[in-house]
Amino acid sequence: MTTERPSTGGVEVSLQDLRRSYGDIQALNGMSLTLSPGELVVLLGPSGCGKTTALRVLAGLEDADSGRVVVAGKDISSIPTSKRDMGMVFQAYSLFPHMTARENVAFGLRLRGVDGAKRRKAAGEYLDLVGLGAQVDRYAHQMSGGQQQRVALARALAIQPKVLLLDEPLSALDAKVRVQLRDEIRRIQLDVGITTLFVTHDQEEALAVADRVGVMRAGQIEQIDTPEVIYSHPTNAFVAEFIGLTNRLSGQISGATAVVLGTEVPLLPGSPTSGTGSVLVRPEQVRVSEEIPVGQTHPGDATVVTTSFLGAHGRVSARLADGTLVVAQLPSAQVERLSVGQQVVLTVESIPALAVA
Amino acid sequence: MTTVSDSSVPVVASSVGPPPRKLRAARRRRTTVFRWITVVIVGGFFLIPLYSLFESSTKNLGGRRVWDAWQAVGSLATADDPNSKLLWVGLRNSLFLVALTLIIMLVLLVPTMTWIRLRVPWMRRTMEFVCLLALTIPAIVLVVGLAPIYRQISHILSTDTIWLCFAYAVLVLPFAYRSLDAGLDAIDVKTLSEAARSLGSSWTGVILRIVIPNIRSAVVSACFISLALVLGEFTFASLLNRQNFATAIFQVGQDDGRLAMALSLVSLLVAFVLLLVLSLFSHSRKGRKGKTA
Repeated sequence: MTTERPSTGGVEVSLQDLRRSYGDIQALNGMSLTLSPGELVVLLGPSGCGKTTALRVLAGLEDADSGRVVVAGKDISSIPTSKRDMGMVFQAYSLFPHMTARENVAFGLRLRGVDGAKRRKAAGEYLDLVGLGAQVDRYAHQMSGGQQQRVALARALAIQPKVLLLDEPLSALDAKVRVQLRDEIRRIQLDVGITTLFVTHDQEEALAVADRVGVMRAGQIEQIDTPEVIYSHPTNAFVAEFIGLTNRLSGQISGATAVVLGTEVPLLPGSPTSGTGSVLVRPEQVRVSEEIPVGQTHPGDATVVTTSFLGAHGRVSARLADGTLVVAQLPSAQVERLSVGQQVVLTVESIPALAVA
Repeated sequence: MTTVSDSSVPVVASSVGPPPRKLRAARRRRTTVFRWITVVIVGGFFLIPLYSLFESSTKNLGGRRVWDAWQAVGSLATADDPNSKLLWVGLRNSLFLVALTLIIMLVLLVPTMTWIRLRVPWMRRTMEFVCLLALTIPAIVLVVGLAPIYRQISHILSTDTIWLCFAYAVLVLPFAYRSLDAGLDAIDVKTLSEAARSLGSSWTGVILRIVIPNIRSAVVSACFISLALVLGEFTFASLLNRQNFATAIFQVGQDDGRLAMALSLVSLLVAFVLLLVLSLFSHSRKGRKGKTA
């Protein structure tokens, strides 16, 4: 085994019709997923949707009741964890407390028979890669949470695994470190070119780092696609409402369009084709007008209920005449002009949206 | 109607009470005094009986100081008489028993307790109950149960005292279990072992390279208590007709009360020295680890 860092590579990973139950709970219900070589796929979903189980089955830490795990064309379903050649970063801090950062990173190399000098050199290189070249002799208790997870990442990469598995590695960190480390993980993943499966329940994290995002529910993938498509073209209400904020606005559906707050909106595939339904509209699609036409009523007539400042933009909640609460995302300058109780007119942008019956 | 404004309250309070530094110093003094009182009481609890034992071993019926018992102890250590042989055989047997019991205890408990935590956590209570069972059954009752087993052991293996290690492993289970359980509670066994497994470690590697180094103080403390227990064990050895240090002391000191007391003190000293060696060993390991950091 060499100690040089791989710069290209990655293998295809395929999870085929995986099923796993714990008593009456079906954690995986025929889940299938294929990762292309060098791709970073994020599994996203609410607690208990089966995303971590899928990752653990791939790692060999859990056995599937049925289904196959194929890596680089080889069925590894019956191969034990220790022989699967996968690097894993855990949600909980997993550094070995009795070892220094260098010893932690070198641990996997020692098991692979790499001699002392090469091992130390390689461990130093991987610690450099995660920006901890100066902390090689520190123990876990002498490092912050973010540093510990960086060492864990270096340790996982040092064995030059076929696949990198990240099980909510950022969830124990504070917001600022989380953003820094998430960007760093993506940079390193692209640098190394390793096929990576990342599990998280944080949608912002998922959208920020993924080549593709798989949204899971009840042991199955509801939709898997690029972050842009997942956000703007959800295939069902669950995906639309799980990713980002969504308003459910009543609309009159006719063919491939619906009239929502007086605007004709094109509908995405999977929407009903007639009748009255709920159209799922993102807050940034909602427009707020402060000019009220005198003597006329508009379906978007509403009263401002709350305003909130979020930096470059802000959010306004307004209540329609039928009691529906609508959230709009606007530039901060416009939010500042609005006040609670003010009468406004809401309209929506005519961009594709999903409707549900 | 009040004439005192809010801002005046802290001024009044600070002018009445002592400054915080003085308060802290007074609290520190009280804590130090309390600690010393505790040390003196606990020390007295242990040392007064030992001192009494020493006094009794060096005074005759007339109250005069005599050293014949200690001279006899000295001669036992060097003489070639039956009593001396008895003591040396008893000590050798006890030391072997200590070593074997510790090995059996660690080999039995550490992997089992780790495995139960990882794979069958619902069995923890059962395991605890089984391990603590020896504590609730009087030694004499245990011996009655063990006697037929040891008859078979005598046929299959031999009548050597060394086979008492199986009974002693049962005897030390409750104490060792408690200590190891606390050690395993202090680390995230599941995550650490999964991390090691994902890096390519075998289960044996997980136990030897990850679990044991991280529960070293718990292992040392389990060894301490097991060592003390085995060195002082008399009931099993006596009733099963085996020869260990405690039974040897009993036999040698049967005709001479002062000699028996002197030998008891010597046996405590032997246990103390062994505990000290074990403690120094564990500290030197820690020190080496610290230097590599």
